[in-house]
Amino acid sequence: MSFGRMHRKEDARFIRGRGTYTDDVRLPGMLYGAILRSPHAHARIVSVDTSAAEAHPKVRAVITGQTLAGLNLAWMPTLSNDIQAVLATDKVRFQGQEVAFVVAEDPYSARDALELIDVDYEPLDAVIDARKALDPGAPVIRDDLEGRTGNHIFDWEAGDRARTDAVFERAEVTVAQDMLYPRVHPAPLETCGAVADFDKVTGKLTVWCPTQAPHAHRTLYAMVAGLPEHKIRVISPDIGGGFGGKVGIYPGYVCAIVGSIVTGKPVKWMEDRSENLMSTAFARDYHMRGEIAATRDGRIQGIRVKVLADHGAFNGTAQPTKFPAGFFHVFSGSYDIETAHCEVTGVYTNKAPGGVAYACSFRVTEAVYLVERMVDVLAAELGMDPAELRLRNLLKPEQFPYTSPTGWEYDSGDYPKALRLAMDLAGYDKLRAEQADKRARGELMGIGVSFFTEAVGAGPRKHMDILGLGMADGAELRVHPTGKAVLRVSCQSQGQGHETTFAQIVGQELGIPADDVEVVHGDTDQTPFGLGTYGSRSTPVSGAATAIVARKVRDRAKIVAAAMLEASPDDLEWADGRWSVVGDPSTGKSLAEIALAAHSNLELPEGVEGHLDAVTVYNPPNLTYPFGAYICVVDVDPGTGQVKVRRFVAVDDCGVRINPMIVEGQIHGGLADGVGMALMQVMAFDEDGNHLGASFMDYLLPTSMECPSWELGETVTPSPTHPIGAKGVGESATVGSPAAVVNAVVDALAPYGVRHADMPLTPANVWRVVNGNPFRTDLAVP
Amino acid sequence: MQVPATFAYERADSVPHALELLERYGPEARVVAGGHSLIPMMKLRLAQPEALIDINGLAGELGRIAVEGDELAIGAMVRHTELLESVTATDLFPIFRDAERVIADPIVRNRGTVGGSLCQGDPSEDLAAVFAALRATAVVQGPGGVRTVPVRRFHQGPYETAVAPNELLIQLRVPVAAGTGSAYEKVERRAGDWPVAAAGAVLRIEGGTIVQAGIGLTAVGAPHFCAPEAETYLEGREPGEEAFAEAGRIAAEGCAPHADQRGPADYKRHLAAELTRRALVRAAGRS
Ligand SMILES: Cc1cc2nc3c(=O)[nH]c(=O)nc-3n(C[C@H](O)[C@H](O)[C@H](O)COP(=O)(O)OP(=O)(O)OC[C@H]3O[C@@H](n4cnc5c(N)ncnc54)[C@H](O)[C@@H]3O)c2cc1C
Repeated sequence: MSFGRMHRKEDARFIRGRGTYTDDVRLPGMLYGAILRSPHAHARIVSVDTSAAEAHPKVRAVITGQTLAGLNLAWMPTLSNDIQAVLATDKVRFQGQEVAFVVAEDPYSARDALELIDVDYEPLDAVIDARKALDPGAPVIRDDLEGRTGNHIFDWEAGDRARTDAVFERAEVTVAQDMLYPRVHPAPLETCGAVADFDKVTGKLTVWCPTQAPHAHRTLYAMVAGLPEHKIRVISPDIGGGFGGKVGIYPGYVCAIVGSIVTGKPVKWMEDRSENLMSTAFARDYHMRGEIAATRDGRIQGIRVKVLADHGAFNGTAQPTKFPAGFFHVFSGSYDIETAHCEVTGVYTNKAPGGVAYACSFRVTEAVYLVERMVDVLAAELGMDPAELRLRNLLKPEQFPYTSPTGWEYDSGDYPKALRLAMDLAGYDKLRAEQADKRARGELMGIGVSFFTEAVGAGPRKHMDILGLGMADGAELRVHPTGKAVLRVSCQSQGQGHETTFAQIVGQELGIPADDVEVVHGDTDQTPFGLGTYGSRSTPVSGAATAIVARKVRDRAKIVAAAMLEASPDDLEWADGRWSVVGDPSTGKSLAEIALAAHSNLELPEGVEGHLDAVTVYNPPNLTYPFGAYICVVDVDPGTGQVKVRRFVAVDDCGVRINPMIVEGQIHGGLADGVGMALMQVMAFDEDGNHLGASFMDYLLPTSMECPSWELGETVTPSPTHPIGAKGVGESATVGSPAAVVNAVVDALAPYGVRHADMPLTPANVWRVVNGNPFRTDLAVP
Repeated sequence: MQVPATFAYERADSVPHALELLERYGPEARVVAGGHSLIPMMKLRLAQPEALIDINGLAGELGRIAVEGDELAIGAMVRHTELLESVTATDLFPIFRDAERVIADPIVRNRGTVGGSLCQGDPSEDLAAVFAALRATAVVQGPGGVRTVPVRRFHQGPYETAVAPNELLIQLRVPVAAGTGSAYEKVERRAGDWPVAAAGAVLRIEGGTIVQAGIGLTAVGAPHFCAPEAETYLEGREPGEEAFAEAGRIAAEGCAPHADQRGPADYKRHLAAELTRRALVRAAGRS
């Protein structure tokens, strides 16, 4: 009843410019903070002289690493059991690292005062190329950690090495390819920031900041700062994009809190664009070598991969504790492969910490890119059409639920149907014919196919936690006497439209319009505990909690309706949004009628309390596995290397679609992200560790000019484990699309014998690839 | 939030007033026109002028596009959008439309000015190549009066121009001649990006022979944004694919591109040749 297309409830305020973002928060007497950052990638701090800054007439406080050390706050835990400097004490370890924090009466004075701080650095050699991080004699970045003699962080493996090696040894065909998924940044239009207000009288700390996980932040503040958790309130107001970059706690947040405690005033700190790009969570940075073993007729038998993962100067990736490489080990993808094995080595480099951010479903992006590129490399080796090769190897519908060689249990799917639909929509055979004609004329046209299986909706909590906090989400639903409802959830939208989608779920379950449901989120004082919005987990987890809490209310309504109808609850049925006596629809009682009765003096059966409220906690039994088939068509100008994305067909299956319009919006955005990563986005560093993508002039986001008019299709395979069969879709397109674009470009370049090219496929890169002389895209262009 | 350092601000209401203000504040003052080059640098604190002299009040006086005699006059305060939409300018010289469509984005084009583009002196400025190809003349006014500078002597190095701190660029004058065709070709990494490389071509063809060729190049280290040897090579020849390819090759030889994140030097040099060739082909088709 309530599922279907409807305009987003939140749009009314956003299109009128009436959203409230962190930077819109203004409190009486508020002061402003600014951060002094390191110009060096690696340097010892000899001294920090703040006297001139302190003498500035409008400066109220200058906080350094030494100040924080006195409070035992100079270092904070990361989301991956490492520690990260809040303000540097001993060394700076990446360009843009936080060194000092100034609190002043206005933002201009705060910035001016930064220039008055005198830091004496002794520059050290930097580790920039991840491939050299483990060289003997490489500078040791983390000498703050006991006993560290190198930059190695972890080795991790999954799958069956012996069996996989055996398959490779006897395989008819093997292919191998080195590839880089470069360091990129989610670059949300709203940068990070915080307003911290510590009330000395009540001892209560309120922090406004754009966090995707407000409850996790509160608990972490309690653990780190030793403040009692009930005296901390985290408010995440409207967020201008997160993509995973707003999951963790940044040094600036801690500084704003300390600034407020020290000055006794609220302190606002908002970073600028360059600070955001230089210091907040990056994504990817996986140097991979993939291999596939197959038969000559194109049966894939084994896949293995070695990864060198660049984690930056502090290991701060945000993923479930058990999985240092996130969910990368879903890299056997959508195929029926006998055996698989991966090894991942994480290293420190002199770059910003982070990892996983940018709509990647805990590194499913890297995994899908790897397998989808490798399948194309195999297709080239076998001289087989890449779509045909995929159809030959995709899992069959009857194989579900399917346990993958690395232990994932895929819930449901009909993969061949999705790929065939995409091929139909694209007119695949015609495209291939057109390509053949063009090739004969010397024109470069490419068709790229990718198929992805996503793994989203973390927990279950026995496998998934962050710093010991299990990934289960609460929900509370209260129905007012007139039948209007308020839903409280723990997750926090950054543009995903939760206020609409979740209201629709309640509406669907209770037979009321979605407009009658208010969704409250983002304020830890007002919402139940839960782990937040990332990894496409909101609909799979909080959405499930919402359906279940609504069903609890519906069951309670049944008892009340029975009392109203003087019937036994067993004799009632739920139809058309009403409880009625079986076979007699005229007796039907709507939720509004029942709600009023529940609040009235109606005599209720023994053991039933009044009112119509419920709470629940949803611990997902499994992940959900959305999937899709993408086809991209490009034209490449051989004289300039410019790539034009001509068409993009995307067939997505995310199970039941609650609001198809919102789903399509998520897919549109993700596809644009994919085009951006494939063609232009990269954060490269020169040999001294200077960040070469620290503004939107250098870090390019795609515009409408680079995006074709997306052609979407859908199949619907409900998730059997989710109460309404939904699977989550926030990251699907970001996960699936880069491989389609790269495959298309490589396909276009096939006449030159090209089998692979690393992202981003800028005109220069494509031209060099054509000329057999590609350059490293993660380093300064030579 | 990116915030500039403190500065004084004055609004000029005429050219003499602007010159007087420049005189009063001295060399640490800067003129602000569209502000799309200067303000970003101030926000990054790469530029910290002590005073800004706002000349947007001169948009009427310096914002005209008109044919005067055998020249097209373009005021320094003409916005990119105005040049793009000026039928007078783009009918005479389609190179303006070609170039302006791909300079920055509509938001920047609505504010950014022709004068600001040239005075910024960025080695990747598109209009520098366009006016070099057109052999335009810059009109500069200072305390001593008005003087003219050929555009090919206007840029004296990266971010250095012939305009002294106490002077204003007020106009550009482009010679108009029958039989002229012009075109501009640019490679950018993304819409709205600065050029990786770009080339403009202006050809005057009479009786099947090229009588004058103008080639402008930007972002590839071409001295004064032009390619005189290639122009000389073309003059007196018949237009044709081979001649244009050779001119492109010669033009590329005269460039000294630097590698940056837009591309390596060999690629930029290749583009100098390729884009020159393409621009010449299109310009010839339009003459
Ligand atoms: C996002 C973005 C993308 C861009 N992309 C491109 C591009 O693709 N190609 C390109 O060529 N340009 C590009 N630009 C630059 C743009 O064209 C220039 O910013 C703009 O046109 C410069 O003019 P302005 O009026 O804004 O100059 P201002 O910023 O106001 O001034 C620039 C300089 O010129 C001086 N100045 C201005 N007018 C005069 C005058 N009349 N006399 C003396 N001195 C003067 C100022 O003092 C200052 O030093 C881009 C800019 C941005 C912000």
